Amino acid sequence: MVTTKETLQPEVLEAVVIRFVGDSGDGMQLTGTQFTDTSAMFGNDIATFPNYPSEIRAPQGSLYGVSGFQVHIGSVEVSTPGDNLDLLVAMNPAGLKTNLYALKPGHTIIVDTDSFSKKNLEKAEYTSNPLEDNSLENYRVIQVSMTSLTKEALKDVEGLDNKSITRSKNMFALGMVYWMYGREKEHTIDFFNKKFKTKPHLIEANTKVLNAGFFFAETLELIPNAYTISPAKMDTGTYRVIMGNTATAWGFLAAAEKSGLELFLGSYPITPATDILHELVKHKHFGVKAFQAEDEIAGIASAIGASFAGDLAITTTSGPGLALKGEALGLAMIMELPLVVVNVQRGGPSTGLPTKTEQSDLLQAMYGRNGESPVIVIAASTPADCFNFAFEASKLALEHMTPVVLLTDGYIANGSAPWKIQSVSELPEIKNNITKEAVENWHPYDRNEETLARNWGIPGTPGLEHRVGGLEKDSLTGNVSHDPENHEKMTKIRAEKIKRVQNYIPDIESEFADSGDLLVVGWGGTYGSLHSAVKLINEEGYKNIGFAHFNYINPLPKNTEELLKRFKKIIVCELNNGQFANILKINFNGLDISQYNKIQGLPFGNNELIAEFKKLVD
Amino acid sequence: MEAIKEQKYTFKDFASDQEVRWCPGCDDYVILRSMQKALPEMGVKKEDVVFISGIGCSSRFPYYMNTYGMHTIHGRAPGIASGVKLANPDLSVWITTGDGDAMAIGGNHFIHVLRRNLDLNIILFNNEIYGLTKGQFSPTSLVGQKTKSSPYGNTQPPFVPGELALGAGARFFARIGGNVPKDMSQLFVDAHKFKGTSLIEVLQNCVIFNDGCYTKFTDKKVKEDMQIFLEHGKPMIFGKERDKGIVLKGLKLEVVTIGENGITQEDLLVHNAKEQDPTLHQMLVRLEYPIATGIIRSFEDVTLEEREDALTKQVKANSKFKKTDDLFFAGETYEVK
Repeated sequence: MVTTKETLQPEVLEAVVIRFVGDSGDGMQLTGTQFTDTSAMFGNDIATFPNYPSEIRAPQGSLYGVSGFQVHIGSVEVSTPGDNLDLLVAMNPAGLKTNLYALKPGHTIIVDTDSFSKKNLEKAEYTSNPLEDNSLENYRVIQVSMTSLTKEALKDVEGLDNKSITRSKNMFALGMVYWMYGREKEHTIDFFNKKFKTKPHLIEANTKVLNAGFFFAETLELIPNAYTISPAKMDTGTYRVIMGNTATAWGFLAAAEKSGLELFLGSYPITPATDILHELVKHKHFGVKAFQAEDEIAGIASAIGASFAGDLAITTTSGPGLALKGEALGLAMIMELPLVVVNVQRGGPSTGLPTKTEQSDLLQAMYGRNGESPVIVIAASTPADCFNFAFEASKLALEHMTPVVLLTDGYIANGSAPWKIQSVSELPEIKNNITKEAVENWHPYDRNEETLARNWGIPGTPGLEHRVGGLEKDSLTGNVSHDPENHEKMTKIRAEKIKRVQNYIPDIESEFADSGDLLVVGWGGTYGSLHSAVKLINEEGYKNIGFAHFNYINPLPKNTEELLKRFKKIIVCELNNGQFANILKINFNGLDISQYNKIQGLPFGNNELIAEFKKLVD
Repeated sequence: MEAIKEQKYTFKDFASDQEVRWCPGCDDYVILRSMQKALPEMGVKKEDVVFISGIGCSSRFPYYMNTYGMHTIHGRAPGIASGVKLANPDLSVWITTGDGDAMAIGGNHFIHVLRRNLDLNIILFNNEIYGLTKGQFSPTSLVGQKTKSSPYGNTQPPFVPGELALGAGARFFARIGGNVPKDMSQLFVDAHKFKGTSLIEVLQNCVIFNDGCYTKFTDKKVKEDMQIFLEHGKPMIFGKERDKGIVLKGLKLEVVTIGENGITQEDLLVHNAKEQDPTLHQMLVRLEYPIATGIIRSFEDVTLEEREDALTKQVKANSKFKKTDDLFFAGETYEVK
């Protein structure tokens, strides 16, 4: 029933990377999430990476239907979900086949032997059974007949059909992993109690299987309970585990409360952005108006209408949706209305890779509109700081009277991390440009002298009746103007308004080194990977390598050129074909910029980055 | 302050300082003046009125109204107007649109705004042609119509706007000739009073690219014989002599003459605009002789903002979350010491 290829030695580890893989219906995302939450509550730092196919239920056992969830837990700071695995839990042959490459040699595989049938082996394109042909001899293989053990554990529970029984085997695996890493089961049992409140037989079944897995690992003493990972050293405070998309939604809730405006979301479902809509529709108690529109265009159009009417208005989407919103975004830009557009980037072009991550919409966000049409573009770095940047995007939109594109990506949007909860009272003030009552000679395009933000006159205010629109405006009255000089003037004012945002954003800083041979440059959701790679190479003794990560892209921080010039070489690392590198090249002369690009729908790994950096400095 | 609020507006209060730039003789002038005259009758404050348009001749309308207004992008006015109304349900929101703007590029938004039933108003300037781009066929142009983009005759069958609107669930649909300012003004007031989305199709003559397209129905000399002006609760009678009427024969409407074949006024259909079932309204919008004008359908239903408001109140009453902090610190949190 259980065999191990070698005797396991107790291990004390700083960090461990575990991946659960199985069919897309096997509950791998749930298993991974439960392990993550439990570990976070134990005090570990965590980073996760769900990786699943775009089919909801791909054919069983197929290679392309494999769904995975990777979690990195540590007693030290953990900034990526990890490159290579310490433990692979494979619920079927297809999962083993597609994920074995990532497992460190000598490390552990747990497999459900019951799923290694002839049929499943064929579907996974195995010509012989890897559990029998010695192809796994470099790994510790723990073979468990999980399906049969689950059935046995549930034989006395009434009211279960065969399907429910086999579907709960993921909890057997989770129970085993809990025991291996010294985790408590209680959090997950609480979860069952809440989730299956009205179905007591399912609470009983899942709890039984979880316990069965846990005690199985314990009783047979085949796996030593010695993978102790102590709590990480983190700032003191109250924490919770948060997903990037939830953090984004909550950042907007906080911004609405802080600004005293009501929050309006106009949106159309699209992977991987939809969870922001799912989250915000729940919060009617805060007066959130979340409107699911008939398409992407109506999503942004309704947000523009709400903005005109005085709400904090946002729209959420992913790449193809941003393309559809382009014309309306231009309208919001020329009408100079506050609006936040969230683009949770995914693999492109066209439909591309909907469930995979990429950073290839940067230039679309910058330039994807007709005419001279600058908007603020900012990007979040990690799941938890999606909160900060959603708040910041709202603040910039309201204070500067402009659309803001906030870029996140599938990787940080679906990833989870500990978030040190920020009370709204600790967040910075948000001003606005609302004219509260009629004043003599008021014009909608009168501007704040410092920011160049125009007046915001809101319907319902007597005496401020005015018209705005997509046609060019007279710089003074706001009436339609076809005057050539005026058009040039307005074009330059709109550009200058965005440029002046530089005065309100922080300088860019470099980590690890202030100057030196090489500056590693990144932006947005790759922060964790790049930070971790530079940290590792720094620990190896490369003290001449710095790291600068950009969150503000349009405008760039004021000191960007000065910082870049402190290093002999620059390498811009992006999950695209070099879009940010091109922005830097357009803006700054005389820099030695090389690129490291990855376009596989996957995040960077440490090893590939370190190898690349060494090439440039050795 | 009270005295100011009570002040009665005149049409001049609603005219902006912008020079009106439609072609001389265009029915758009009639629509503009009818609206400026209707607004003082609605009892709505000027600052609470918002006009929103897309692109096209009709869409210049907001610039000429001294209210809040937005001239937006092609076909998207319904989306923008929906956002305005959802953000502030107290506003009186008007969309001005044309046949191309509403039913070609904006077709999707047009059907969905009608389906949702927000309390807003849509004026459809239907001239069966593209005017601003100088004379291409539109989704309401007739088969065979020669235009700049159909020099040998249009081959694409048209929409009947009312048929499309009722199919999409419109609760209020009215139709009016572009040359009857008084009736038009009254319809605008009625549309304002109606709780829900109201759609008014104006048969608007384009003097440059499609002149005379409605003459056979709207010319003063033939109007009464060629149009049936419907009024809720009244028998369907029309004609200069008031001797023609409409009856239902099988599954079709039929024109009859009172006094012929034993037909009396009692045999005629009585117009019920408030009926929920749109079957008869559909037949009326499709009538080719006479064409139906006036309020064809006026079925009051729950509006979207009422549903949203009720839900919000209910959720608020039952929720333990009053401030965002309540949410952030709720559930599974843990302390790092």
